[in-house]
Amino acid sequence: MNIAVCVKQIPDPATPYELDGENHWVVRPNDQVLDDTDRVGVEVGLQLAEATEGTVTLFSMSPSGSLQGIRQALAMGADKAVLVDDEDLKGSDALTTARILSAAVQREGFDLVITGTESTDGYSGVVPQMMSELLDVPCLSFARGFSVADDTVTIERQTASGYETVTSPLPAVVAVTAGAVEPRYPTFKGIMQAKSKPVDTATAADLGVEPVVTQAVIAVEPVASRAAGELVEDDGEAYLKIVELLEEVKVI
Amino acid sequence: MAIWVFAEEIDGAPTPGSLELVSKANSMGDTAVFYVGAGSPEAFAVLGAHGAGTVYHLDTGDVLPAAPAARALGELLEGSDTKLVLFGMGNTDRDVAGRLSARLGAPVVANGLDVSLQDTVTVTSEILGGSLSVTTQVVLDGPALVITRPKVFVSEDTGGGSPEVHTVALPDTGRSGGATITERHVEASEGPDLEAAQIVVSGGRGLGAPDKFAMLDELAGLLGGAVGGTRAVVDAGWVPYSYQIGQTGKTVKPSVYIAAGISGAMQHIVGMKGSSTIIAINKDPDAPIFALADLGVVGDLHKVVPQLIEALKSRS
Repeated sequence: MNIAVCVKQIPDPATPYELDGENHWVVRPNDQVLDDTDRVGVEVGLQLAEATEGTVTLFSMSPSGSLQGIRQALAMGADKAVLVDDEDLKGSDALTTARILSAAVQREGFDLVITGTESTDGYSGVVPQMMSELLDVPCLSFARGFSVADDTVTIERQTASGYETVTSPLPAVVAVTAGAVEPRYPTFKGIMQAKSKPVDTATAADLGVEPVVTQAVIAVEPVASRAAGELVEDDGEAYLKIVELLEEVKVI
Repeated sequence: MAIWVFAEEIDGAPTPGSLELVSKANSMGDTAVFYVGAGSPEAFAVLGAHGAGTVYHLDTGDVLPAAPAARALGELLEGSDTKLVLFGMGNTDRDVAGRLSARLGAPVVANGLDVSLQDTVTVTSEILGGSLSVTTQVVLDGPALVITRPKVFVSEDTGGGSPEVHTVALPDTGRSGGATITERHVEASEGPDLEAAQIVVSGGRGLGAPDKFAMLDELAGLLGGAVGGTRAVVDAGWVPYSYQIGQTGKTVKPSVYIAAGISGAMQHIVGMKGSSTIIAINKDPDAPIFALADLGVVGDLHKVVPQLIEALKSRS
């Protein structure tokens, strides 16, 4: 089975993000990390590949930088990566991202596309659905559990009140939630092998996609943060402080 | 030129989020609703009362709704001069918005907190976990698809009359429409509705184990509140997704929010920072949740919460 897993390199969430002054885009340092939630998609892909003697190809759109994030996913066990790195794609919206990733996936061929639900840095949460429309396949989104048998994929799809069992023939896009599987940690051997795994790069023109600007950020301002409250160390009686506050706001 | 709203049915009625969007659209102009669900005269009347002039109703049955809904809504929009289609944060909302965007080549602006329509569509939203407010202007002709967060608009019954209802035939979407829903499961939580509760007691990884939620159930019970959780505990399978508060999950704005063992990841904060009073208990003094807590207790929740429960019991 030919499994495509879409991943994103993002600035380390543990460091403060910066926006560039002109376009208000997130500044992307040379060292970007694998979006933590993408480790789940990679794990799902690897498990399916192991069960079907398939291959896992990573697809990503990002400035290459040091490739740190891509190598993290390759170290988990993915076979190769296709990275679309193009100066003209800076500041792309979700639709351009979906067009690029779909064209790249289409070019390589696929039975199943696996993505996360939303990225940690941008979180628009619509790229998988856009890709499914562009690839003319079903999108099984918000998948917290999955199985594949006889060219059919079945998931548990989260709903407001519980979950639905959804089934679809392949090919399909499956967008997984972080709870779908427990991602593995790369082994030392995996980390060493990742250094020599193929990473192909492509531009928007290579894929026949013309970036379209659909929206512009016209203002950015800091959000007023809540006034700092009281911080107390529990000395065995901090619960009384809570009781006091609950009385003060008249809920008890 | 109508403003369109995507609305979904739950338990035989439009979702509360759908009605917020209908009210918002109605404050801006003529409102057309694309309604996905079984449909009923009662449901359509509720949409009308909130300001829907026209309702296009599609029943997708056991087909996963996104592909046929995006196809049918796309065909309706192609024949109109609509500039704005509003969506909520529901999972089907996001599925339909994404597919529709790709069909029409229309931009999506997500996580909206407000939207206005003059010559063009302008959306304010917060990025980077709500630390920055950005204003985005759509610069492409044709409809803009705006996904807004729950509870930013107020749902209001303005006494509107019955809408004009058009039944939309289920389109054939070929390969895209091949996904079907074979079972539906409800994982009901006990006690008051999380989104409506005036007091929310919420747990994170710091609880240490799933059975510790019993303690939060007891505390919430004493306060007449509801219990929620972070994405981390939902992903770990400790509580169902219906408990999840945050970016992907519910947005709550209670009078009092008690966060137990929650560090305060960006994606959790966006779902609860509108709470009037926030109380946080965490053993890590550097936990980001303390930055927005009115009262922060640095300590062991396994000691503080039982003490609080005993204190509340002794009062009643």
